[in-house]
Amino acid sequence: MSVQLWTYILVGITFALYIGIAIWSRAGSTKEFYVAGGGVSPLANGMATAADWMSAASFISMAGIIAFAGYDGAVYLMGWTGGYVLLALLLAPYLRKFGKFTVPDFIGERYYSKTARIVAVVCALIVSFTYVAGQMRGVGIVFSRFLEVDINTGVIIGMVIVLFYAVLGGMKGITYTQVAQYCVLIFAFMVPAIFISIQMTGNPVPQLGMGDTLSDGTYLLDKLDGLTTELGFAEYTSGSKSLVDVFAITLALMVGTAGLPHVIVRFFTVKRVRDARKSAGLALLFIAILYTTAPAVAVFARTNMIETVSNQEYANMPEWFKNWEGTGLLNFNDKNNDGKIQYVADANVNELTVDRDIMVLANPEIANLPAWVIALVAAGGLAAALSTAAGLLLVISSSVSHDLIKNVFNPDLSEKGELWAARISAVGAVIIAGYFGINPPGFVAAVVALAFGLAAASFFPAIILGIFYKKMNSKGAIAGMIVGISLMLFYMLKFKFGIFDGGKAAVAGLKDSWWFGISPEGFGTIAMVVNFVVALAVNKFTEEPPEDVQEIVENIRIPSGAGDAVSH
Amino acid sequence: MTEKQKKATAYWKENLKYLVILLTIWFVVSYGAGIIFKDALNNIRLGGFKLGFWFAQQGSIYVFVVLIFVYVRLMNKLDKKYGYNED
Repeated sequence: MSVQLWTYILVGITFALYIGIAIWSRAGSTKEFYVAGGGVSPLANGMATAADWMSAASFISMAGIIAFAGYDGAVYLMGWTGGYVLLALLLAPYLRKFGKFTVPDFIGERYYSKTARIVAVVCALIVSFTYVAGQMRGVGIVFSRFLEVDINTGVIIGMVIVLFYAVLGGMKGITYTQVAQYCVLIFAFMVPAIFISIQMTGNPVPQLGMGDTLSDGTYLLDKLDGLTTELGFAEYTSGSKSLVDVFAITLALMVGTAGLPHVIVRFFTVKRVRDARKSAGLALLFIAILYTTAPAVAVFARTNMIETVSNQEYANMPEWFKNWEGTGLLNFNDKNNDGKIQYVADANVNELTVDRDIMVLANPEIANLPAWVIALVAAGGLAAALSTAAGLLLVISSSVSHDLIKNVFNPDLSEKGELWAARISAVGAVIIAGYFGINPPGFVAAVVALAFGLAAASFFPAIILGIFYKKMNSKGAIAGMIVGISLMLFYMLKFKFGIFDGGKAAVAGLKDSWWFGISPEGFGTIAMVVNFVVALAVNKFTEEPPEDVQEIVENIRIPSGAGDAVSH
Repeated sequence: MTEKQKKATAYWKENLKYLVILLTIWFVVSYGAGIIFKDALNNIRLGGFKLGFWFAQQGSIYVFVVLIFVYVRLMNKLDKKYGYNED
């Protein structure tokens, strides 16, 4: 059977599965819509969190980015896992005890202020839309290559599917589809990785294969270090980013992880505080399976690619090379007309450009794996992108229906009315996300990385202070959030998009004027510190929070008696 | 301070002690071994891996997972000790 046919079959089966689950688990109340009724088991929540968390960026782009960045790729590996330690130890148990529906719920009540709630809603919307844009683009890439439809058609198919189960099922539908999506995506990621690991090193465990020897007895990593230096790239295991930037990006991603509303809200769906702790651990375990495999895939893919293309005749390139050239993601330009491919670091001599996004998608083809494995990767990529998109859309719709409409504009709204408002907001959010998918802003991971900076700069300090500092007041928290997210937005627009210096073309030239030598991806760390400082300074000169709020803080520190999540 | 408040304060103090210990380990494996002391550790080899590189791309992630499960265990015990457990 052809790859095409296999892809139609596997994608068809998985989509039918998601829709079936959505119909079985549709939401009947706002509580089911926002927090899946609050009775999700830690195991199911762990899997759902992992699928929610691992986006198109993790599945499609990450191994590719690491393949080209070498050691520097560690910022994503540590950054996107280490945050769970913060989440499990510093946030999840207390927010579960607090027992509300959304992150702005916590901010609004802990800081006894409508303004605080509105600021939190705006932050949640900015973070979630930045993030969801990347997911829709991921859906488009997978569809365009594997189903050979137009990217726009692909995005629209994806929108319809997400719309169906997010609008119908709310958090309940999303949670159980995410459990299925986790199984699909982890299987799809591991199968080719294991195949390739055996092919190259004879070791069936990719995590160990990465450090194993090739058939000629040399260590794989030594071989790759040799190849990369020979071609003029930075040595694979050394990387090229500065230490301070690696530090800042890693911290921004970790803290951002712990501050992302669509991740935090998952811990509202379990029954007890101890379940929240446990499901954070399980979530990280499930995530770690992919995250420790990705660097191995990166090493295999980079070595394979260099060996296949470097100094080889263009005419002899295998079929996958031509396939990917067709999508425009792989590009060969024979500058010296010798008919061979020169792939080197020097931009004047280099003849091959490779989009990082294709490394995972093309990997099974490069390694000559069977057709069904290639199709499986397509289904996995779609599962990763759809599950994250659905989680984000839910945060967006609940921010609008619960935090804005119900709690700010129309407190008299009935339960039924709120459920309808939630569904309509979800439709609106899907349409906006689809627009971003059709008009994508840059490649997937770059945009996603910025969402973390924004979350780190806004929510993390406000939540941490809200739990660990009883005397933190509303004025301090609001000032901190506004200054933090504004500073981050400013830095992002200036140094990532070049808005103030004549557009994207100016971005490369601005690198020398980065503050403290920190890239826009890492700047969330600085913006977070500024948020903390501003919040504490303003707090010092304004009045203490009321007695009853201080009591709430004492109460959330005690794990027992969490009860159900309630709206008021 | 009432008896109930005393108990709550003592529980919180022990909780904070665990947090400090666990987060120190968290920091040392990732920012220490994986970033700051990476070059020095790279002189040591673990099979085909340079040690600093291994910590940055593998080891720290394994430690993170273990840290959370240790925390879960410690806190379940602590909850029981203070009678805050819900089984």
